[in-house]
Amino acid sequence: MFDTARCVVQRDLLLALRRRSDVATALLFFVIVASLFPLGVGAEPNLLRSIAPGVIWVAALLSSMLSLGRLFAADHADGTLEQMLLGAVPLGVVVMAKGCAHWLVSGLPLVVIAPLIALQYDLAPGLYGVLALSLLLGTPVLSLIGAIGAALTLGLRGGGVLLALLVLPLYVPVLILGAGSVEMAGAGLEPDGQLLLLGALLVLAAAFAPWAIAAALRISME
Amino acid sequence: MLEAAELECERGARTLFRGVSFVLRAGELLRVAGANGSGKTSLLRILCGLARPSAGEVRWKGQPIARLKEDYARELVYIGHAPAVKDDLTPRENLAIGCRLAGQETSGEALAAALERLGVPELPVRKLSQGQRRRAALARLLVSEAPLWLLDEPFAALDAEGISNLNGLIGKHVGGGGAIAFTTHQDAGIAATRVIELS
Repeated sequence: MFDTARCVVQRDLLLALRRRSDVATALLFFVIVASLFPLGVGAEPNLLRSIAPGVIWVAALLSSMLSLGRLFAADHADGTLEQMLLGAVPLGVVVMAKGCAHWLVSGLPLVVIAPLIALQYDLAPGLYGVLALSLLLGTPVLSLIGAIGAALTLGLRGGGVLLALLVLPLYVPVLILGAGSVEMAGAGLEPDGQLLLLGALLVLAAAFAPWAIAAALRISME
Repeated sequence: MLEAAELECERGARTLFRGVSFVLRAGELLRVAGANGSGKTSLLRILCGLARPSAGEVRWKGQPIARLKEDYARELVYIGHAPAVKDDLTPRENLAIGCRLAGQETSGEALAAALERLGVPELPVRKLSQGQRRRAALARLLVSEAPLWLLDEPFAALDAEGISNLNGLIGKHVGGGGAIAFTTHQDAGIAATRVIELS
């Protein structure tokens, strides 16, 4: 079972490696969106400092959305998804592996690059760690919740927009907790509460999302 | 081995077929015939468990496949309309992943031998023709040990050599006690034990 999961992760990473432009697009989107705000709202340092966590988190949300459409659509189009449904291991394991691969490709780079982006906002030195940690806990949840939406909208006309309408409201708790933790730390308080809640969300999503994704895929594939 | 009881399939408000029943035993070859849109693919998808019939039941060795789930999936190879090969991978990588998903360990040499026998070049699939893609997908049959094959239009896009190769594979599998159900709208020149005509 774990062999198959590893094989799926390796496959998706290999595919991402051979289609580097797809990965780069989502990442560049994040960088550009997050960089537009200082240009738009002006260079008032206090204002920038106060909007930084929210802006970076919203940019991360949108960038993670961007790559969701491809998560199952490509496999659906070439018939690979059917073979996954007919695989020897439960579909939940396969979709969990796909979710992991999606996070490694689209979430992890954000965690790494976000502190660099935060430099533009002159974030206080102690906050870079909190920002990275909140993204580290939050972005896997985005991948998992997003995968449910991607599975539900698979094969629908105008699925991309529908996916955004479906998934973005579900991202709200992650956004509030993620951006909130950095703001708390910025106000000199302990961000532990928010981070622990984010961790709890991650555990919940990891436990239940695979089921939901698998069920949604079976419905979409009929 | 495979048993279909009173299968009925509805698409939207239209009934594609109803009352389809048959038994497919080891060593038998079932051909599903019918015009375009008559429900051949739908029937095959129901047989492999990808779709659920609106009425009726499919049983494998006496057990409903809805209950067997992965245990049934392990017993079959399904090759659908889409060849299930990734454009960015080579045929060999595709085949290796296909086998892994099916829960099967296959050595690299066996994979290479299967692809070579079907004459698939080791290039990224993007550079292959439709017929070569189809051959790359059919290579699964050479390395699989599953007793049941469900093939949807396996002859599509194949040239004369490909067709005779595939006919050889089908004959060998059926001769070895396997069972096959396949759809085709053309006469492939292979004698099926049983033919279901959907209208």
